[in-house]
Amino acid sequence: MLTTDTMRPRGPIVIDIENITKHYVMGEETVHALRGVTLQIQRNEYLAIMGPSGSGKSTLMNMLGCLDTPSSGRYEFNGRDVAAMDDDELAAIRNREIGFVFQTFNLLPRSTSLRNVELPLIYAGIDPETREERAAQTLRDVGLGDRLHHKPNELSGGQRQRVAIARALVNNPSIILADEPTGNLDSKTGEEIMSLLENLYQAGNTIILVTHEADIARHARRTVFLRDGLVESDVLAEATEIQTLAFT
Amino acid sequence: MKRFFYELTESWKIAATQMRSNKTRSMLTALGVIIGIVAVTLMGTAINGISTGFDKSMAVLGDDVLYVGQESWIQRDDWWNYRSRRKIKTEYAEPLNRMIGASPNSNLLLAVPVSSWFRTVRYDENQVHNVYILGTTFDFLAISTVDCVKGRFFNEVESRGGANVVVIGYDVADALFPSEDPIAKSVLINGQPFKVIGVNTRQGTFLGLFSWDSMVAVPLPAFKKYFSAKSESEIRVKVKDKTKMAEARDELIGYMRRIRAVPPEKENDFSLNEQQAFKSTLDPVKNSIAVAGLFITGLSLFVGAIGIMNITFVSVKERTKEIGTRKALGARRRTILLQFLIESTALCLVGGFIGLIVAFLLCSAIGAALPAFPISISVGLVITSMIVSVLTGLVSGFAPAWTASRLDPVTALRYE
Repeated sequence: MLTTDTMRPRGPIVIDIENITKHYVMGEETVHALRGVTLQIQRNEYLAIMGPSGSGKSTLMNMLGCLDTPSSGRYEFNGRDVAAMDDDELAAIRNREIGFVFQTFNLLPRSTSLRNVELPLIYAGIDPETREERAAQTLRDVGLGDRLHHKPNELSGGQRQRVAIARALVNNPSIILADEPTGNLDSKTGEEIMSLLENLYQAGNTIILVTHEADIARHARRTVFLRDGLVESDVLAEATEIQTLAFT
Repeated sequence: MKRFFYELTESWKIAATQMRSNKTRSMLTALGVIIGIVAVTLMGTAINGISTGFDKSMAVLGDDVLYVGQESWIQRDDWWNYRSRRKIKTEYAEPLNRMIGASPNSNLLLAVPVSSWFRTVRYDENQVHNVYILGTTFDFLAISTVDCVKGRFFNEVESRGGANVVVIGYDVADALFPSEDPIAKSVLINGQPFKVIGVNTRQGTFLGLFSWDSMVAVPLPAFKKYFSAKSESEIRVKVKDKTKMAEARDELIGYMRRIRAVPPEKENDFSLNEQQAFKSTLDPVKNSIAVAGLFITGLSLFVGAIGIMNITFVSVKERTKEIGTRKALGARRRTILLQFLIESTALCLVGGFIGLIVAFLLCSAIGAALPAFPISISVGLVITSMIVSVLTGLVSGFAPAWTASRLDPVTALRYE
């Protein structure tokens, strides 16, 4: 069922991480969250990052999402050195290259779906007409064409996560970074969201899934296991095998 | 720059949403600013009013008239020194005018004698005590602006002949003739009948300073005939060019010393007064009132500003996760800073605007209740208070907005 790295899909490298470490100083102790992780992610990969809590999973996700910078090591995003960037440059990378999907959706409660999806476009400085048009189109793409003017509290959990996914997609990012995207959903809705991600992958998007659930990770084509701040294994799944699992 | 305006517009939209969804809280916070702005605006208006009042009263004195009197308006030496001087006589006007006429380069124009004292004026059942009675000549018109709402000032013939005619101030007319036309009526001044020939236009009184409203004027010969027993006289001299006041003073001092035959080694035994000197003693008073008043009312605005700062801090804390999300979606530090600054400024602007409306209503109410008090809201004051509101918002919002902009996105996203 699982094979080694020789069968990795070929494509331009989006994320290139070499031997990155991250440590935090907490009081008198230094916590080594990442102890030297090396990872390459290519375009149109569907990757799951797994690991128990305390494995450095979240820290790695924050690195990949350019929310944080490594203590040491090299990180290139589309060939650009991220490790050396300042806050505003990181913000620009997050805005244009990364689409975040959070476990708790993180929608702005008082804004409509449309306004929520427009947010990344606002920060990108897109003019209002184009912005609204693109946001509305993206919402239609995720099946929420009739919920444009609803606020989050008027939507179901699954719909909220769809809005969040639309928001992640709207700026055509290089990667979609989904952190436990089904964690707050029932299993049926969770499956719907996973098949939406599958469709996005089929359409050519690069998806990075962070999860501790094997069932969810199984949707991905490649799984990276972390333990104690190190990569324990990095395995590819047979695409056909996965698809059989997902759709039967 | 275009980008900045883009962000500004978006921040305004966010601020509007925020205020709408927290109506009670926004209103209560804005209340602090409302009270502050009302207090400061009213104080500003009052200071303007005091200033206008002073100036109006000063205008009665005239800025191109020198007053030759026994005493100085601003007493520098002891009072007795002045009191023991020889009296100023109305007769000085004649030689003075002669001297002025004889000197072709004179800086002086015209000398007018004025005698005055307080007397009771009566008409029928009505009487007014302590009315300032002015005895002067027809020339008085040349050195003072006297407007009559009814009738006229006395003419040259009445002036020379000492006719029993009188021009009365607005308040005096009001008190004596509540329901009648005063013109051609006969009033009793100190028991002597005088015919009313004119009523002065209302000038308004302010802090008991000079006002035509409570004075009456009669021809000088008539004044002397009936009231000279107790009176005080002065000579008012109009200056040709008010930019040459110092030269005019020197010239007039010379003439007066000659007329009063003051020996060269002696000091002047009379005083020269002018509006400017009076003003320069009053101005510091006026300024201290302004500074103290604005400081005290400014404190209330300061308290309002602290309220805004507090609520913005609360808002930042509450929305930590939102800030994290916004940062994850690509909001830069500047964008977050601007967003919270705009929120606090919007609150202050709303407060300032409501405050102005309240202040305007209060001013109208005060104006209706106390017509004598010169109060008015000026365009300058409106603009100033709006600028003050915006500044209050920016200053009080800065610390919380700065905190928000520096939040670490990872920590902020994890915040519950």
